[in-house]
Parts: sequence; C-alpha cells; structure tokens
Amino acid sequence: MDHKKHKPGSNWWFLLLLVPFVGTLWVPFYNSAEPAWAGIPFFYWYQMLMVLVGAGITAIVYFATE
Amino acid sequence: MQNVNWIALIVFALLFGFITWLGFAAAHWRRGDLNLLNEWGLGGRRFGTLITWFLIGGDLYTAYTFIAVPALAFGAGAVAFFAVPYTILIYPILLVVFPRLWSVCHKHGYITAADFVIGRFGNRWLALAIAVTGIVATMPYIALQLVGLEVVIGGLGLGGEGWLGEVSLIIAFIILAAFTYSSGLRAPAAIAIVKDILIYITALAACIVIPIEVGGFGKIFAAIPAQKLLLAVPHGQSTGAYSGYATLALGSALALFLYPHSITGILSASGRGAVRRNAALLPAYSFMLGLLTLLGLMAFALDIDKLPEFADGFKAFKSNFAVPALLLHTFPSWFVGVAFAAIGIGALVPAAIMSIAAANLFTRNIYREFFHRDASDKQESQMAKWMSLIVKFGALIFILLLPSQYAIQLQLLGGIWIIQTLPAVLIGAYTRWLNPWAQLVGWAAGIVSGTWMAAAMNFSATFPLQLGGWTFPGYSALYSLLLNLIVAVVLTPLFNQVSKPAQDQTAPADYQP
Repeated sequence: MDHKKHKPGSNWWFLLLLVPFVGTLWVPFYNSAEPAWAGIPFFYWYQMLMVLVGAGITAIVYFATE
Repeated sequence: MQNVNWIALIVFALLFGFITWLGFAAAHWRRGDLNLLNEWGLGGRRFGTLITWFLIGGDLYTAYTFIAVPALAFGAGAVAFFAVPYTILIYPILLVVFPRLWSVCHKHGYITAADFVIGRFGNRWLALAIAVTGIVATMPYIALQLVGLEVVIGGLGLGGEGWLGEVSLIIAFIILAAFTYSSGLRAPAAIAIVKDILIYITALAACIVIPIEVGGFGKIFAAIPAQKLLLAVPHGQSTGAYSGYATLALGSALALFLYPHSITGILSASGRGAVRRNAALLPAYSFMLGLLTLLGLMAFALDIDKLPEFADGFKAFKSNFAVPALLLHTFPSWFVGVAFAAIGIGALVPAAIMSIAAANLFTRNIYREFFHRDASDKQESQMAKWMSLIVKFGALIFILLLPSQYAIQLQLLGGIWIIQTLPAVLIGAYTRWLNPWAQLVGWAAGIVSGTWMAAAMNFSATFPLQLGGWTFPGYSALYSLLLNLIVAVVLTPLFNQVSKPAQDQTAPADYQP
C-alpha cells in the first residue's frame, strides 16, 4: 500500500516514461545489422536491451513517485 | 501422421492431471464466498504483488503468443519482433493509468470496465457498447488459445485435426470449464504459477541448448537471408515497413490493457502498489517473449520444415508447427512433455480468465443492467458461472467446426474493436470532458472504419493510408482510433447542447491512493 504523500514536483519523473516510446517507435534508428554483438544483429539485441531499459525506467519512476 | 510420442504424452498428461487437481483445490485458497461475483470473478481482490505477477503474466503472454509470434518470425522474419516493443510499451501505460483505475474500481466495487464507464458517465448505452465490445473481442481470443492447444496435441502425435486430436481437445476443454466454474479466478491464478515456471524453464533451456547445438547465435543469424533479417527499408513516397512496425507496436500496446481479461487481472490485485510494482516486474515476460521469438529464427536456420518427420505437422498447422517441431527436434521426449505441457497449460490459464472476464461483463452490464435489476448476489454469480461455460463452449464449437483462419481473422478484428473503448476507459480515468453520446458515435465510427480497413486489406493488420501524396502503411486499429477520437471531440460540444450531463458517481479523490 502507498501511504506516503506525493512529493511536490515529483510528477516530473513520469516524463522519463517517454524514453521507451522514443527508443522503440523510431524504427530507422535500429533497423540495421551493425553493430552486431556476439553475432546478434543490432536490430535484435537493441530491442532486447530496451526491454531491460524499459523495466529499469518503470522501476525508477515507481520508487521516485512512491 | 507421426507416431504417438508416449514418454512426452505421459509427462504431459501427468502435468495436466496436477493442474486439474490444483484448479479445483484453488476454490479453498484465500477462502471467500464464491456466491459473490467479487469473489468468483475477481478472487476477492486479494492477490498480492507476486501472485499478480504470475496471474497477469500468465494472462497476457498466452499459448497462442508462444506459438504464433515465433511462427511469424519463422515465416516472415524481423517483423515478428514488433512483439518486443509492443510488450515494452504496455508497462509505462500500466504504471501511469491503471493504479488510478484500480483505486476507483476498488472504492466503488466496480468489477468490469463497463461498471466504471456507467459510474463515470452515467450512460448505460455507452456502458453497453463497452461491454459488448469486450465480450465480442474476447471470444475469438479464447478460440485462438484452443488453436495453440491443438498444435501441441498434434505435436504429441495425437493427430491435430483427426478424431483423436478432437477428443483430446474436448477433454482439455472439459477440465478447463469445470475448474473455472467451481473455483472462479482463483483457479487460473494458482495454475498460472505452475505454467509460468514451466514456460520460463522451457524458454531458457531452448535458448541455451539450441544455439550451442547450432554453434552460436552468429551461425543462426548468418543462415537468415538479408530480406528476413531486417525490415525492408522504405523507398519512394512511403514510410513502408517502418510505420507498419511502429504502429503495430503502439496500437497493440494501447489495446492490450483494454481487453476484459487484462482488466480482470489488474482489478484482482490487492492494492494499487501491487499494480505499480508489476509495471516494473512484468517486463521479465517480455524478455522471455523476445527469446521465444528468436526460436522461430532458429527453426528457420535449422530448416526444420524440410525434415521428413515434421512434414505432416507442417502440413496440418503450417508455420505454427515451427516451435513444437524445434522442441521435438532438440530435446529428449520427457522434456518435450514438459515444454508442451507449458504451452498447453499456457492456453488454459488465459482461456479461463478470458471466459471469467466475459462472464463478468455479461452479468454486470447486460443481465443485471437490462434484464434483472434486482438480481441477488447469488443469482449474479450463478449467472456468471453459466456464462463462463457458454462463452467457452462457443469457442470450442468454433474451433471444431470452422477453419482456424477465421479465428485468426476475428482476433485481428477483436484488437481493432477493443481499442475503440480507449476514450471511455483510459481517457475517462482522467477526464469526463468527452460527452458520452459523442463517444458512442466515435466508437461506432471506429468500429466501422477499422473493420472496413481490415476487410479491404484482406485481413492483414496494416492499412496503406494515403495522405498528401504519401503512403503511411499502419495498424488499422490505430487509424480507426484516431477517427474515433476526432469524431468524439468534434461532437462533444454539439451533444453538450442537447443532452444534460449525468451525475458522476466518482470523485477526484477516488482515483488517488
């Protein structure tokens, strides 16, 4: 349960949530094979990395706005 | 047809026996009075962070996903990976909007999205539209779960479309129907724990063993032709595959939490903190979905459909057989049994939650609202139990009698339809500026235009929108939602002139912790 009150100005943290949208919806940025990592094309490892980034950002916003 | 794989079948049957017992035993778990719809249909809103994680994970990442997304990767390549950005983008939405909805629904005892809409906007016809859309969009989704189940039953050697396969499907269906009827949402919640653990084991094992067998990820990707490995670069006056990919991810993400089964999963959480924490914890499933999507590419790299032992399976199930074939090819029989059980149980969990969610909608927003206003709590929950059977039975008949292609096309339409409830539910969580009658007209415009776009493109998800000499191929759900919103915004001042706004049952504080 969240009993704590919102800190003033803490809603700015929610802007961080735009990062996954920008990072995944601008497709030309990542539609390439290079730089490959361990034989995995950029297209694939970048999006898998974005899963972790997205989870990290929701976690940060969760703690910052608790 | 291939021979029956006895060892795999026995392991599969044992695990199915276990979850059957678990499904019935779940009636006694965190005991509540199952004669109340809140208890039968929402598990008494008693699930903490961890159970909610298993429940929503088991609910959203369905058996059909695990079969169809890798199958798309196998057949079409990179475009299948849109499932990854799609399932990244659902979590910011979950974190921001759904704690508000959880709070207001908890405060007022709302069980469905349509309950919220009638409380917020005081318009029973808008609520009826939301309820009917939810039920109609859910039914083909249940049917698709049975398609996923059919594929693994076929993989066990029981004949996908022959009588043996049909009998197996009917048995699995009776198990599902019986435990859902008796235990309500507690059954899929308990079973989801088993299913999710099995799925994680399967996905990790496959993504470690297969690359080692092939000789590294590099070899797998090297075997994929360039036009499948990446999206086609757009040329000329068209945004091509790029806008198709991005709009599919965004539109699917916006639609997902509007599905009744998603909302049921969220509302069953014990607190808004459990919902918020899961926005950070659930992406673990997205990572696994990404790994499973890679299985489709691995199956392609191994030329799995050229192997003679899988010829019948591919003939019966097309590329949907890619994952079962890859598992059969790679693992010993006992582990194939575990993996297939994971997928099979992965069909039952969402099918149970979907049928419960559709039953809740019918009972609360059609039966009670329009036919039996003073139904007792017991009558209400009894009606929901019967309705859950009817919904599932309809899906079973559909799968047994009609080609599975129809279920796939209807599910595509279901996504287009359900997204039209976004103004009432998601925007409604923030403001009631949009007039409910204007929303209703917008909803109709969205449904008609979206259905037309999908039908005009022969049930492909993307529609080539022409604008100013440019072509923007994009997900028809998103385009029809834009039309819906424009209509609703333009008509709101007009309708406000003629109809007096109804009372809002909710107060701003109800949305806060």
